[in-house]
Amino acid sequence: MNIHEYQAKKLFTDYGIPVPAGYPAFHAKEAVQQAEILGGSAWMVKAQVHAGGRGKAGGVKKAYSLEEVSSLAQKLIGTRLITHQTGTQGQPVNGVLIEQTTAIKSEMYLSLLIDRSCQQIAVIASSAGGMDIEEVATKTPAKIITRTIDPTVGLSEYQCREIAFALGLDNNQRKQLTTVLFGLYRLFLEQDLSLVEINPLIIAADGNLLALDAKINLDDNALYRHPNWSSLYDPSQEDEKEHRARQFDLNYIALDGYIACMVNGAGLAMATMDVIKLYGGQPANFLDVGGGTTAEKVTEAFKIIVSDQKVKAILVNIFGGIVRCDLIAQGVIHAIKETGTPLPVVVRLEGTNVDAGKQLLMDSGLTVIPADNLDDAAKKAVQAVRG
Amino acid sequence: MSVLVDASTKVICQGFTGKQGTFHSEQALAYGTKLVGGVTPGRGGQQHLGLPIFDTVRQAVETTGASATMIYVPAPFAADAILEAADGGITVIACITEGIPILDMLKVKTALRDHYPQVRLIGPNCPGIITPGACKIGIMPGFIHQAGKVGIVSRSGTLTYEAVKQTTDNGLGQSTCIGIGGDPIPGMNFVDCLELFQQDPATAGIVMVGEIGGAAEEAAAAYIKAKVTKPVVAYIAGATAPPGKRMGHAGAIIAGGKGTAAAKLAALEAAGVTIAHSPTEIGKRMLECFL
Repeated sequence: MNIHEYQAKKLFTDYGIPVPAGYPAFHAKEAVQQAEILGGSAWMVKAQVHAGGRGKAGGVKKAYSLEEVSSLAQKLIGTRLITHQTGTQGQPVNGVLIEQTTAIKSEMYLSLLIDRSCQQIAVIASSAGGMDIEEVATKTPAKIITRTIDPTVGLSEYQCREIAFALGLDNNQRKQLTTVLFGLYRLFLEQDLSLVEINPLIIAADGNLLALDAKINLDDNALYRHPNWSSLYDPSQEDEKEHRARQFDLNYIALDGYIACMVNGAGLAMATMDVIKLYGGQPANFLDVGGGTTAEKVTEAFKIIVSDQKVKAILVNIFGGIVRCDLIAQGVIHAIKETGTPLPVVVRLEGTNVDAGKQLLMDSGLTVIPADNLDDAAKKAVQAVRG
Repeated sequence: MSVLVDASTKVICQGFTGKQGTFHSEQALAYGTKLVGGVTPGRGGQQHLGLPIFDTVRQAVETTGASATMIYVPAPFAADAILEAADGGITVIACITEGIPILDMLKVKTALRDHYPQVRLIGPNCPGIITPGACKIGIMPGFIHQAGKVGIVSRSGTLTYEAVKQTTDNGLGQSTCIGIGGDPIPGMNFVDCLELFQQDPATAGIVMVGEIGGAAEEAAAAYIKAKVTKPVVAYIAGATAPPGKRMGHAGAIIAGGKGTAAAKLAALEAAGVTIAHSPTEIGKRMLECFL
């Protein structure tokens, strides 16, 4: 789960990581009030969306008067911001963060994440801040510093020192970086993060470190031990269909194609998308109905995929293990009847009670296109669209 | 022969009396797995499915001599269950549970590394392990398997069933199938399983089903190149997945051009692995390796 910059910065403050003074605002009038509280003669107005690349997309602006704060907030709130990380639809801007401006001496990069190859938390730092870190890693790998943290030992001060020296910090900044790193590590553990990123972490004109941006990913699996997360969750930043799917415990991701798929199992769902593409089609979505799915969930899943206007055909691919194919068939029949979808539906069933499932589909009087295997199913779905 | 489990393996179930535990224990018994009891704290001394219930794994191991466990306890308690199994003397742990917090798994992996190096953890978030006709520990449909000569290792559940069915249909059959699960911090990885299959005389060929995200397939490619002499067929799911999106499995996310299907396939191909470009040709490619 992603959270907004203003929420992440609130957490930073709780863990002793310095951020510029600032407040969120959800309409222009509030933005002006926040700017007045902050004082000064210039303010940053930052669009709050779950996506990076906001600056280049016009989502981060500097205002030199309260009128300008008002007009910038007015212009941003209620629109959609399209960055290189969003889809073509962009993300809705429902609020802005009003911050004090800061004179920057230099920019750095700092993050903590789960390093899957060594199966530990890794600290990644770079003197090349304020830019795309993936690009830095590719073009100038020498500028990336990585240290991993053994969970039984925890973060050590020598590691913080090594990173500080590699970044070329002075004595005072080195102590500040140690504080920041220990704060981030404690935040990571206590709040069950899967990523925390500061890009840029700056050396301000006064020589002090400051987190100018804040990105936090929370580990969805740990939701049960953080009841407060529900207040951080912003459904507006999710695709509407993805949000609905989540309510029914379905794994759905909207894509740009036109062949909708409904599959049990994440790996098989990805494989189904791949095979659709192999035969010249474009998948409209990723949808995993899960191992222990029910006829009711199948119906809900169906409703979600047919609500996508781009969809021209539906491919159902089920390999029944625990799930019985006859139950899936019932769900599909019920869903087609309930939604009254005119779209061609290709169904491939395999595994437990497969014969009973196929029979149910045949007897239903519906024009379901049966398929023998995944290849056959993908071919038929692509063919159905071409007509 | 097979790897990790066979007809003589004594198995217990943690989360024995729960809905999942009960259902899959019944299935395991029906398949012929030597299930010797289960653990549900507070219900020790009672019976379930005609088998003894124990309060702790340690008691279960001391009484029954079990060496393997299947874990169906809910995610908030699953990491604790894995540690209890390791400390109680179990050496093969199949953790089926999905949704375990990643920091819990970091702790578990570190404990296994430091204190229980002999323990083999399969999963979490996996279908389990099966040696066809001998021992089924997990949620896979037993009837699609057939004893034979292909070792299968996979990060995906239902996609594994595709590979299993194809190798059953074409008569090759399976020596052992291991579902290592779709989580970013798994127990056994591809390399661990490849090592076992390479050593197993009953395994003549290996099928490896990977997916996008992480670098486990690249590590497997390096290992195959250096150590594996048996034919390997690989399929990688997620070639068409958009970057930065999590595709169901927490592990299946491509970030910044790393972990793409293309990079994994290139590494595997360079290691001499036969690539199945569609999941429907896995069985065919394996069969061709023996011609």
